[in-house]
Formats: sequence, C-alpha cells, structure tokens
Amino acid sequence: MAQDAYIYDTTRSPRGKGKPDGSLHEVSAVRLSAETLNVLQARTGFDSADVDDVIWGNVSQVGEQGGCLARSAVLCSDLDQSVAGVSVNRFCASGLEAVNMAAGQVMGGQGQGYIAGGVESMSRVPMGSDGGAIAADPTLAMKVCFVPQGISADLIATKYGYSRGMCDEYAVQSQKRAARAQKEGRFSRSVYALKDQNGLGILDHDEMIRGATDMQGLSTLHPSFRDMGETMPGFDRIAIMKYPVLEKIEHVHHAGNSSGIADGAGAVLIGNREFGEKNGLRPRARIRGTARIGTDPTIMLTGPVPVTEKILKMNGMAISDIDLFEVNEAFAAVVLRFQDHFDVDMDKLNVNGGAIAMGHPLGGTGAILLGTLLDEMERSDKETGLATLCIGSGMGVATIIERA
Amino acid sequence: MADFTMTTGDDGVAIITWDCPGKSMNVMSEAGFGALDDCVDAVLEDDAIKGAVITSAKKYFAAGMDLNTLAGWKARGGENPARVIFDGIMQGHNVLRKIELAGMDFKTGKGGKPFAAALPGTALGIGLEISLACHRIFAADNPKAKIGLPEIMVGLFPGGGGTTRMVRKMGVMGASGYLLEGKTLEPAKARAAGMVDEVVPADALPDAARAWVLKAKDADLVKPWDQKGYRMPGGTPYHPAGFMAFAGAVAMVHSKTSGVYPAAQALLAAIYEGALVPFDTALKIEARWFTHVLMNPSSAAMINALFINKGALEKGAARPAHVPDQSVKKIGVLGAGMMGAGIALVAATAGIGVVLIDRTQEAADRGKSCTEHYMDKGIRRKKATPEQKKQVLGLIRATTDFDALRDVDLIVEAVFEDPAIKAEVTKKAEAIIPQDATFATNTSTLPITGLAAASQRRDQFVGMHFFSPVDKMMLVEIIKGRETGAHAVARALDFVRQIGKTPIVVNDARFFYANRCIIPYGGEAHRMVAEGIAPALIENAARHMGMPIGPLQLGDETSVDLAMKIMTATKAAMGNTCPASDGDKVITTLFEAGRLGRKVNAGFYTYDETGRRTGLWPGLADHFAVMEDQPDVTEVQHRLALVQVLEAVHAFEEGVLEDIREGDVGAVLGWGFMPWSGGPFSWLDMLGAEQAVGICEGLAATHGDRFNPPALLKEMAEKGETFYARFTPAAPASA
Repeated sequence: MAQDAYIYDTTRSPRGKGKPDGSLHEVSAVRLSAETLNVLQARTGFDSADVDDVIWGNVSQVGEQGGCLARSAVLCSDLDQSVAGVSVNRFCASGLEAVNMAAGQVMGGQGQGYIAGGVESMSRVPMGSDGGAIAADPTLAMKVCFVPQGISADLIATKYGYSRGMCDEYAVQSQKRAARAQKEGRFSRSVYALKDQNGLGILDHDEMIRGATDMQGLSTLHPSFRDMGETMPGFDRIAIMKYPVLEKIEHVHHAGNSSGIADGAGAVLIGNREFGEKNGLRPRARIRGTARIGTDPTIMLTGPVPVTEKILKMNGMAISDIDLFEVNEAFAAVVLRFQDHFDVDMDKLNVNGGAIAMGHPLGGTGAILLGTLLDEMERSDKETGLATLCIGSGMGVATIIERA
Repeated sequence: MADFTMTTGDDGVAIITWDCPGKSMNVMSEAGFGALDDCVDAVLEDDAIKGAVITSAKKYFAAGMDLNTLAGWKARGGENPARVIFDGIMQGHNVLRKIELAGMDFKTGKGGKPFAAALPGTALGIGLEISLACHRIFAADNPKAKIGLPEIMVGLFPGGGGTTRMVRKMGVMGASGYLLEGKTLEPAKARAAGMVDEVVPADALPDAARAWVLKAKDADLVKPWDQKGYRMPGGTPYHPAGFMAFAGAVAMVHSKTSGVYPAAQALLAAIYEGALVPFDTALKIEARWFTHVLMNPSSAAMINALFINKGALEKGAARPAHVPDQSVKKIGVLGAGMMGAGIALVAATAGIGVVLIDRTQEAADRGKSCTEHYMDKGIRRKKATPEQKKQVLGLIRATTDFDALRDVDLIVEAVFEDPAIKAEVTKKAEAIIPQDATFATNTSTLPITGLAAASQRRDQFVGMHFFSPVDKMMLVEIIKGRETGAHAVARALDFVRQIGKTPIVVNDARFFYANRCIIPYGGEAHRMVAEGIAPALIENAARHMGMPIGPLQLGDETSVDLAMKIMTATKAAMGNTCPASDGDKVITTLFEAGRLGRKVNAGFYTYDETGRRTGLWPGLADHFAVMEDQPDVTEVQHRLALVQVLEAVHAFEEGVLEDIREGDVGAVLGWGFMPWSGGPFSWLDMLGAEQAVGICEGLAATHGDRFNPPALLKEMAEKGETFYARFTPAAPASA
C-alpha cells in the first residue's frame, strides 16, 4: 500500500509588508489563496479531477480567514468544486504541516494528488485576532508558564548565550543573502506576479528586503520584549520559573532581527507516481520523511532541534546527509540555536536569507520555505534538503526532500 | 433566636435585621443562610410587604463567613466532602439570587420587590456579597468602617457571588484590586469606587434605605447583567481589549505569586470562565472553584495560620490565664537606635506614653524624629491628620535622663547587642523604675537567662524580640528566661496586644525560635555557593517556593559582618560540636573583600549608586566556580526549606517552642516562611511525615547529618500521625 509522495511543483505569491501600507493589504486572503491555486494549476496543467483535497495552512482563522478558508479558496479559484478543502493550524508551521499531511495521505494510499500550502494576510487579519486560551485561561496559562514568543526567543538567546551582537550579525547576513538571491533571480522560479482582476500588476517581488541593513543601523533598535518582560506584566519572572538557573532574561530581539509581519501564500503540488504520469508531469522531488514533535511551551521555539533529531532517526540519516537546510527565521536566536546544536555550516543554512529579511506570513511560510529549498537544491545541484520551523505553544515540524 | 429577624412597618417595608446572638460581630453560618432565606421568602410571598431593608443590630454589618461552617461542610462530607461543600455554597447562591431577582416577572418586568442593604459599619466578605445581591447599598458615613472582600488574604477568594458580581459590575481590571489584593475601603471611597451606592449619616441610615425602597422603580430592580445586551465593562476574554486585560492579569498574578497560591489561581479561573457564560452559570463555576480551594490543603493551612491561630495567639492563647490585665500606660525605651525608635513609634501610635532614652539628647531626638517622619508620611497619604501627629509626638519624651523612668510600667531595652552595655543599663534602670515594672530586653541573639544575671528581679525580666522594621513586621517573639515569671510574660503579651502585633512565647535557647530557623537558611545557601550551585538558582529556588526573598539577598540585607559574627560566636560557643561548613568560606571571602551587604552597596549582589540592586555579584564565581551540571531545582528547594523546618521541629522537641501554632504563625509572620504552607509544621503535615522522613534521609545521605530526620518526625511517620492531629491544643476555631 505504501507509495512514494512526490513534489511536482511549487509556487508562491510575493511577500508583501503585513501592514496597511503593504502592497498586498488590498488583496483578500481568499483571493490571494485562489490566485496561488490558479497559478499552480496554470503552471502544471493538472486535472482538477485528479486532486483530492487542498490542505491549507492558516493561523488566524477568523473573519475572512474563517469559515474553512481552504474550501472558500477552492470555490473562489478555477479548480473544480470536486476538490475539497481543509484548513489546518499548526501556527507558524501550518504550511509545512499541510505538506506533511498531504504527503501522508499519498503515502498511505488515500488519494493520488493533493495541493498543500497556506496563506496569511496579517495586514488584514492581525496576529492574535483568533484569541487563544493559552494566554488568557489562567488554569492553562499558569500550568504551562505561558509567555509570548518574543520572551521565549529572548529566553533561548539567554540560555544558550547568543548576544545581541550575534543576533544582529545573523540578521544582517539574512538581509544580504536575500538581497543577493533576489538580484540574481533565485526566487523567480517560484514567485509569481500577482495581478488584479484587470490584469494590472499589484506586486511581483518580496517587498520587505533591506539589503543595506548594517550592524550600526540595527544597534539603534529598541528591544521589543523588554517592557512586557521586565515591567508589565512581568513575563520574565514567569520564564525564570521554568528556567531558575537564569538570573535574568537578556532582551536581544527587536524588529530588525525577528521575522517581519507579512502577507503571502505558497502552494505545493503533491502526488503519487500515477498522478504525475496521468498529468504528464515529472516529479521535482520525493518527500523522504516528515516529523512533528511537542516541546516545552515556555521556551517554545526550540522545536527545530528535537524534531530534526527525530526525523533523521526515523529515516536512518545523519545530519551530514543533509545538503541544505531551511530553518524558519522566526527570530535570530532560533536559527542560531539550530546551527549551534548541529554545528551546521552556515553555507548550507538559509542560504538565500529568510523571514527576517522577507517576512513571515504565518500560515504560508512552511510551504514557501519548502519551495525555496527545492529551488536552491536544483540551482546548486544538491540532493537532499531539510525544512523545519519553530512553532507556538512549543512544537516543531520538519520535512526532508530529495531530488527525484 | 435566629440570626436574621424581620419586622414590617406600617409603610409596608420589612426590616430584616442581622444579629448573631452572643457574638460581637455577625458571621454567616448555614443556619444564618436558612434564617435569611425565610425572611426573603416572607417578603416575596406577603402582598402587604413592598420591599425590604437588610441591616444589622450591631455596630458592624458583618465580618464574613463563619469558618466553622466551611469546616463543618468539609467534615460532614465523609467520602465526598466536595459534594457537601458545593451544595452548601450553591444554597447560599440561591438565597442571594432570590434577593437579586426580587420575585419579578421578567416577561412583564413587573412585580419585583426592592431590597436595600443598610450597612452601619464594616461589611466584609459575605457581608458585602449579600449587599451586592441587593438592589441598592447604603452605608453609614463611618470612616472607620471597612468595606471589601479580603478573602484572598487568608487563602480563599470571594465565593459568595462576590467574584462574579464585582467583575460584572466593574470589569476585570476594575475589580482586580478588590478581588486579587483584597483591598478594603472606607464608605466614602467605596462609593467613589462604585462598590456602594450611597453614604448617609449613621442616624439617617435605615430611613434613607426605607425611603428608597418605597420609591424604587421596576427598572431599579434589574441588575445590568440581567438585562438584554449586557456587556462586561472592559470586555470579556475574547473581546480584543478584554483579551489583553485577561492575559495581562493572568501573567501579573502568576509573576507576582510564583504560582504557589491556589486561591489566586482559582479566583482568576472563576473570573475567566465566569466571564464567558451567563450569570447563573458563572455562579455555578464560582462555586466549583471555591469548593476546589476549600478542598486544597494550602488554603486550609493558610486559614489556620493567618486567621484562626493568629487570632488565637492575639487573644492570648499563650497568656498565663490567672494574671489580671497588665496593659501599660507608659513605657521606657532604652536606646534610640533603629529598633528603639521603631518600638517608640509603635507604642506612641497605640496611645502609650514613651520615655525614649539615649546617651545624648541628640541621639534621643533622632530616635523620636522617626515617629515624626512616619506621621508626616501618613499625612501626605491622608492616613493621618496634623492633630494626630501632634498627639502622637506629645506622647514621646526624648531624653538622656533615667529619672524620667520613675512611673513606667514596662522597660523595653534596645541598646547595642553587647551583654556588658545591656547589663549596665539594666542596673541603671532598675534603680529607678517602680517595683512592679517589667524589664524587657529586645535582643535577637543573646540568651535571656544570661542577660537576666544583671537584674535584681529576674522574675520581672523577659526577652522581647522585635523584628525590623518594627512598624511593618507583625511578629513579636517573647522569650522566657529561666527565672522569668508569669507576671512578666503577661505584661509583655498585653503590651504586644496593645500595639496590635502578634506574639509568640518561647523558652530561652540559642537564637530563640525565629533566628534559630532563619540562620541555617542562609547557611545552607552559603554551602550551596561553595559547592558550585549557581547563585541565581539558589535565589530563584527560594523565591519560587514562596520565600519572600532569596537567602543571599537576605544575607545582604542583614549584613555579611553579622553572619560573620554569628559564625564566630557559634563556633566559640559550640567548639568541636559545631558542624564544619564550606559555606563559612563564602562568608569569609565576602567579609575579607569588604562586601558586607546592602549597607556598603556591595555583597552577594551588586548595587548602583542609589542603592538599587543591579544583579548578583559576578566576582563570586571567581572564588567559587559554578558547576557545569546544576542540581534539580526541587532538591535545592528541599534543602532550603527543610534546613529551616527541621530546626523548627528540633525547637519543638527541645521545648523551646511549646505550641506548634506559635511555630507556624511565628514562621509566617516573622520571616515570611512560605505563607502558602501555613508554616513549617503545617507544611510537614501537608507533605506527610513519612514522605518528609524519606526526603530528609535522602538529603542526609548526600549532604550531611543536619538533614537527619528528628526522632519525633520519625516516630510520627511510623504511626502515620500529623502534628496538628497530635499536638493541637483544644481551642475553639471561630471567626
């Protein structure tokens, strides 16, 4: 019964600044999703009848992103109504989780073809607008020592000794790499130009990259989480309840070394061999393995390390078997922790920059990350790649792909 | 006679009067709820009655719930006490809800009968909760009355609908000070805060309420939360503004309490869950959490320590019963340093005359000026008036003249901790004071029997250990020397009662009780530093288990040279029997580096030029390297807690402590020992002697004999006993 799951293609929207002055602010989450699905179909020409489902990652599932956005996106797109739709929320890894779920369905023989991916219009449906018990329900919040993600990121930096300077250096590198990749057209295989209903262009490139960022510029930025940590309401003390060996939390993260708030969507076409044959498509990659894990919710964002250990073990691999890594740049310390733990060569890690430079449209990022990884594997002729993300409430998700 | 009785006037207004027979203050019991329910039914059923005023025949409206009722529910519950407690609480809710709904036909909005609360004085806990169920609250303009819901202070939360009603009235942010901090207000401020509706002169109280009942309109009888379209002020948890308020409140409480107080957590849960459902469901949720808190051993322990046993000690549980009242009119305080000045302050503010003596007039005046500053601060905060300041200062005579002690009832000697100096002033004072005056020496470390050697009348000589700062610390440790008589003990106790503090009485032994327990707390921390345990882990472990400050910070506050002095003195006194400790090296190192603590802005911590702590001194690691692998925080906590607790058990075994209640109350009030635990003995009961012995044996194997379980504890473990079951003196528990 077990079958291989292949990636036939990926595409993504450009990432817009996730604020009212961002270029994608005028585009609804449903339309952004539908356009992405349409582009994927147009690029590959698959037959809707061969696609079972659209598994669509999305975090803030309220307002226009509510009401099963995945199904709305299908109905708004040119896909046939026979394609179902399901919205999934694994916070920041939703897009990659969608890929993993689709791969699992294909591997388990439950259908031939899937579209997986996700979207977030953070400028239109702000982060946190879906509420969430873990912050507000005292029974849960106190049980798990809840702190917001920024405090967790600063906690990682403090615990593992990543200074403000190290985080800023990483951020500068991300910006430089993203700017170079954009300039050299390394994203052009995946990014489509988003147009309006009249065919007029809205945005055709990631608009948040600041290649000129330098250490001096970053050094002026105020730590974003110091006030909520040290004074009101005092999250640092809660973090220290879990990590009592620390005297205090060093607040090193700020707007310049954390992921940007963004609008964007990404999609991956996944199917078994038969799906490709039927639709005349050559697989670009095989999904070798998927994994997910739960970790301490207070430090929250360390998941990429244990989930990578887990996926390597599940697949009988070593860290040295991976040629390229994409680790979501939610915060600089998250990537530094991954690099530090596995002693990964920086030349293999986030080589085209990441969310610090280009932004992190929560539900979409996982799928975008996988597309970026695959494009780079092809460009630099590498065999095996791993994508992973840290996740709210303490989780990690990972996917290993190899060229087909 | 029932707790509530009713009379109806010609105008058709029923007056429901609360008057618990034989009690100075009204408290609510199960029978009380029944009597109130009967009155409410009578009002609602009798067509001739237009409405009702609920008031009190006493000076106070009510002090709160009768804690015996709560304990009774629990005891009666047998296998399932939670069921009995929950049902009991719900029965109370039903009575109050009946008042609130006024018998109105909600379809027509007619037929309701107004209920007004008329509070002649203090209304706390259930007293205010009943009022909150009424349609209008009148309070007499008595500035001494306290109105509020202080339950959280004793390990409970308002469980008679107060939580649900206050949050719906004021929103979570508005109500948080009253619910989470137990803030009480005088009537005028309570009205400004929206807690009561009208403040009227005391003699106009019943008439004002009666008049309102007669003119109340149908709309006045419908609470906002019983109206369509009600919105909670500030928003519910998943309203954008409400979300920030709730998430913020949760984090704030969690961060402030280290998560060790179950009542705070349950209160927040009742607020949060209640905010998401209709009113009656919210009451049920409140009752579930209140039941949960009553079932929690920590709450029972806190009620015992901070309410029942503290109250019993303040009422003279340890006082020799046969000695008549020994209240003092005038005292002499020898030594106008920090302690003497503080003792003069608390005595004068209690209306007691003080002769404050020091070697120079300047020093005596400086001591008196403490009271002046204190009163000035009170005036700035509107807690005192210039007249009161004048009156209080008029009670203190600062002088160098021992002749001024001719008519004092009590001497509190607070000179430098040096036996020779103490002996000198003892002799000098005894030559002048009246024959029946008591001589109390305030010392924290010197044995009383030794100091009494300088006295000509040792039966009148007693130890009195005040804690610093005197005006804030609630405990006074009274120490009986070998020859101290009952009269002196009674005098000391009566004086402590006059100044509104809580006494414990202990026998004379090295460091008495409090210091005997607290000194090893620092000592254990010093050993840990020497072992290479991270100082931050030591400090956090202590704070997270509910100690008010970490042991190293405490070392800085009390000063490193004091620790050095105690260490040297202990070694001198005990000789070879003094257990060796690597921790001594830590103190010696700091001492030699001149890092003497807060007073020199350098110690275990670093300080900025304003004296603010800036962090642990990194240089300590150069002397005592921090280990790569740190121990589990629980082990650190067990060491820091048990090293104190075992001293308490030894003190009890040796008869230094005569009553475990004094051991518990003294620990919580004296040095802030884990208040959630109710004190060392109560904590051991919670843990169970068997488990405690197991932990001690484990620690003794790794860390040394000081953790060997005391014989008494081992015996109790074998027999399956608890301290409170075995040693509780027969004392009535009443609110």
